[in-house]
Amino acid sequence: MQIYLPIAEVSVNAFLLLGLGGIVGILSGMFGVGGGFLMTPLLFFIGIPPAVAVATEANQIVASSFSGVLAHFRRKTVDLRMGTVLLVGGLCGAAVGVVLFNYLKSMGQVDLLVKLCYVVFLGIIGGMMFFESLRAIRKSRAGGPPPKRKKHTFIHKMPFKMRFRTSGLYISVIPPLIVGVCVGILAAIMGVGGGFIMVPAMIYLLGMPTKVVVGTSLFQIIFVTAFTTLLHATTNYTVDIALAVLLLVGGVIGAQIGTRIGTKLKAEQLRILLAMMVLAVCFKLALDLLIEPSELYSIGTGGGH
Amino acid sequence: MRSLLFSLLLLVAGPAAAEEVVLGLSKDKVAITATFEGSDILVFGAVKREVPIPSGDPLEVLVTVSGPNVPVTIRRKDRVAGIWVNTDSLEIDGAPSFYAVATSGPLEEVLSPGEDLRYQISIPRVIRSAGALHGLKDTATFADALIRIRSNNNAYQLREGRVAVDEQTLFRTSVRLPSNLTEGEYKTRIFLTRGGKVVSRYETEIAVRKVGMERWLYTLSRENPLWYGLMSLAIAIFAGWAASAAFQVLQRR
Repeated sequence: MQIYLPIAEVSVNAFLLLGLGGIVGILSGMFGVGGGFLMTPLLFFIGIPPAVAVATEANQIVASSFSGVLAHFRRKTVDLRMGTVLLVGGLCGAAVGVVLFNYLKSMGQVDLLVKLCYVVFLGIIGGMMFFESLRAIRKSRAGGPPPKRKKHTFIHKMPFKMRFRTSGLYISVIPPLIVGVCVGILAAIMGVGGGFIMVPAMIYLLGMPTKVVVGTSLFQIIFVTAFTTLLHATTNYTVDIALAVLLLVGGVIGAQIGTRIGTKLKAEQLRILLAMMVLAVCFKLALDLLIEPSELYSIGTGGGH
Repeated sequence: MRSLLFSLLLLVAGPAAAEEVVLGLSKDKVAITATFEGSDILVFGAVKREVPIPSGDPLEVLVTVSGPNVPVTIRRKDRVAGIWVNTDSLEIDGAPSFYAVATSGPLEEVLSPGEDLRYQISIPRVIRSAGALHGLKDTATFADALIRIRSNNNAYQLREGRVAVDEQTLFRTSVRLPSNLTEGEYKTRIFLTRGGKVVSRYETEIAVRKVGMERWLYTLSRENPLWYGLMSLAIAIFAGWAASAAFQVLQRR
């Protein structure tokens, strides 16, 4: 069934969009990532103009994250206090990121910088996570006790300590704030919600339990993407509500399924799957940069960068 | 002064008096609804003349339909230090979002290059004249790329020999408007040629409009963007809640 999208001004297959939304929703519920990094290129591929894809994607993520976070609330795997601290940092970082992005844009070649950042960043995070979880799985197979990640690092010596009960942490608020700011900056520059940078940062830098990380990440993604949606709707007029509805119907259902799959997996299995996904995206981006494209030219609507 | 006026009059009315187009369109309005899947428009007509059919070159007919002009940026990738990145770009102030030419014979036989330049009929001519091309030296390769990519998407169509002409008097063709149409006035031109020279022409417009839900959403997004954005968020939050509630009910069973 073909549906004409009023803002994107293209006609697309409704079932295709429902399916895409569902797949991305499952990933979102499982790993606590928004899924924008996956959905946006898929939307480009089916012919949605990039500006509309990015803006509408943000709206869809609000829906699937909200759906996922409710499921996590019932399991009490959302650290509201940690989520709020990260969010405050994230919003500050996003504001800095937008300024930085405009500065880079005025210098030109921002696309290249973003892509290189992406590849390097994803490669490092994905690689580290992959080997760490592989070791963890081997150890648990060998029958030993589950490995304890380092409990006392320099993080525990900082002032302004706060108790994060759901995560079982008693640490300074400075590291989560810094993580929030960094992810906010990166998210604004790369144009993504930042879930898949946030999730590994929470696991490895803050030492939060994997199960709590997913819900907490979704919690803060809701606010970031809701803000992005409003910004795009009021400044660029690029949110396509018809496209969003089709995507989010699939997305919210997928998110529910994803959370259920997530609870059935062990923490290290969840981490290794996320690592593999991050590496796959990294690999795909690297290929795009290295292999000669079959069409050297591309058409964009005027005005954009 | 009078002779100048007279010759001007001759210029305007001269060729039109001999052979004139009487045109019919199967529809002059296209409504874009939510389930719009493109539209076929039948363009038909007759040649009205007060004199017998001129001998010599036979009558040929060209029909063009062009969508609203939209600014376009064309980017080219190049290899820099081993990686492929966008290096050069070219901006065109306005290139038609849709353009179709249907002819009654091979384009180069029914239209001379001079007349093409004057009336801008063939696709390359239209693109080159579309607006100031600013950017680089080799604008032609960029324009070619635009034509190539849009032709692959069926946004630009050259349909040679697809206009049927009967007895040098009646003609008809159909133009397929694709499903991803931009709103606006679609200028439709008919040219009658003999031996490559344009002997008469006719212009009309097909109005392409969003209607119903599509129109309402589009207008809301432009006129009340904040409310539109809040509405999108409300739908998202509601859908998230509804799915969660539904799954909870399912699980209890």
